[in-house]
Amino acid sequence: MVQELFYLVAKEFQLEWRQKSVITGILIYVISTVFICYLTFRQVIDIPTWNALFWIIMVFAAVNAVARSFMQENRGVQLYYYTLLNPAMVIISKIIYNTTLLMIVALVNFLFYSLFLGNEVSDTRMFIFGLLLGSACLAATLTLISAVASRANSSPSMMAILSFPILIPMLMTIMRFSKNAIDGIGWVINGNYALVLIALFGMVVTLSYLLFPYLWRD
Amino acid sequence: MKKHWWKVLSGCLLLYTVIIGFLGDVPEMAILNETIRNLYFHVTMWFAMMILLIVSLVNSIKYLGSSELQADVLAEESARVAMLFGILGLLTGMIWAKYTWGAWWVNDVQLNGAAATMLVYAAYFLLRNSMDDEQKRARISAVYSIFAFAMMVVFIIILPRMTDSLHPGKGGNPGFSSYDLDHRLRLVFYPAVIGWTLLGVWMMNLKIRLRKLQHSVDSK
Repeated sequence: MVQELFYLVAKEFQLEWRQKSVITGILIYVISTVFICYLTFRQVIDIPTWNALFWIIMVFAAVNAVARSFMQENRGVQLYYYTLLNPAMVIISKIIYNTTLLMIVALVNFLFYSLFLGNEVSDTRMFIFGLLLGSACLAATLTLISAVASRANSSPSMMAILSFPILIPMLMTIMRFSKNAIDGIGWVINGNYALVLIALFGMVVTLSYLLFPYLWRD
Repeated sequence: MKKHWWKVLSGCLLLYTVIIGFLGDVPEMAILNETIRNLYFHVTMWFAMMILLIVSLVNSIKYLGSSELQADVLAEESARVAMLFGILGLLTGMIWAKYTWGAWWVNDVQLNGAAATMLVYAAYFLLRNSMDDEQKRARISAVYSIFAFAMMVVFIIILPRMTDSLHPGKGGNPGFSSYDLDHRLRLVFYPAVIGWTLLGVWMMNLKIRLRKLQHSVDSK
């Protein structure tokens, strides 16, 4: 099972490495969005606005990045995987791949965002921890939703409609955590939010593992 | 007639709720004053909504286990009625908020959670409408609704307890049980919960029968 997972994850990365289409597309998306924000805002000094704008860019980039994860491969190839492999492993491998992808996107986003719009973060280490944890949570949730959306009549807006309401609780926790990191509030208080996020991540992965096998069957 | 006793019971309980709820004695509290009566309507509707959402969840899980379309019909209709109670609960809550907090809507975890739940179930119905094949629709929307329920429970139950919330019973605010020293409120509260839930079940029952009739007309 572990070997199966390893091969699947390796396959995802190899495909990406050969085409480099998703990662370059998303990075250009993020950088140009940050640049547009820079041209319209110049400098964001108000901390809640800084935080909100950052995560709005992040969420839209994440939805765009993950939406493609089940649409690249055609039905035949997918059916081939599912008969050959444990379907639960397919979704876990996609979650691992999307988590890595979003973590890279998040770091690049942070780099350019602080370059153009000013860096307000006082506890950078904690902020980056929240960034990585937050992108893992976003990636896991969006992967299952993109599987659902790709099975429904796949209009491009379906992904956004299904995912935004579900992301709200997660996003509020992530934003609270990163706001505290920006303000420099210590782990004693902020640790609770990190624990909630870790628990959410665990819950989403478990649910994906349990529910995904029902999705691909026809 | 024997089969319909619960409909009569639902009507009686709700009549009792409305009459005693508006005319009965309530504890006299500062700020709350007479708005405390909203407990009989707002909170009980939310209880009925939660019960119906749990019915929907259980039926979604049951569908994934058995692939019986009956479970899917139950899941959809209970979610629909729950949504109606949710909207009514939101409206009664807003009226209450206007008279106690001074605004129709405040930025509060509990309120945002309620609004997000409505959005999630709206997305659920949209997802259902986007597919034609019955079995496929049932399976995929069951997966979505189980996932959505898990995320919403986190929102409604865990988050408001962690952060500050204006809402009674959350974020260190006292719930109604601490006002209710002589159990006057409970005498109306619990019958009202049962009344609304039974009314919801009645509505579901009618909808499901209508669907069955429509189905048999269509297949002729």
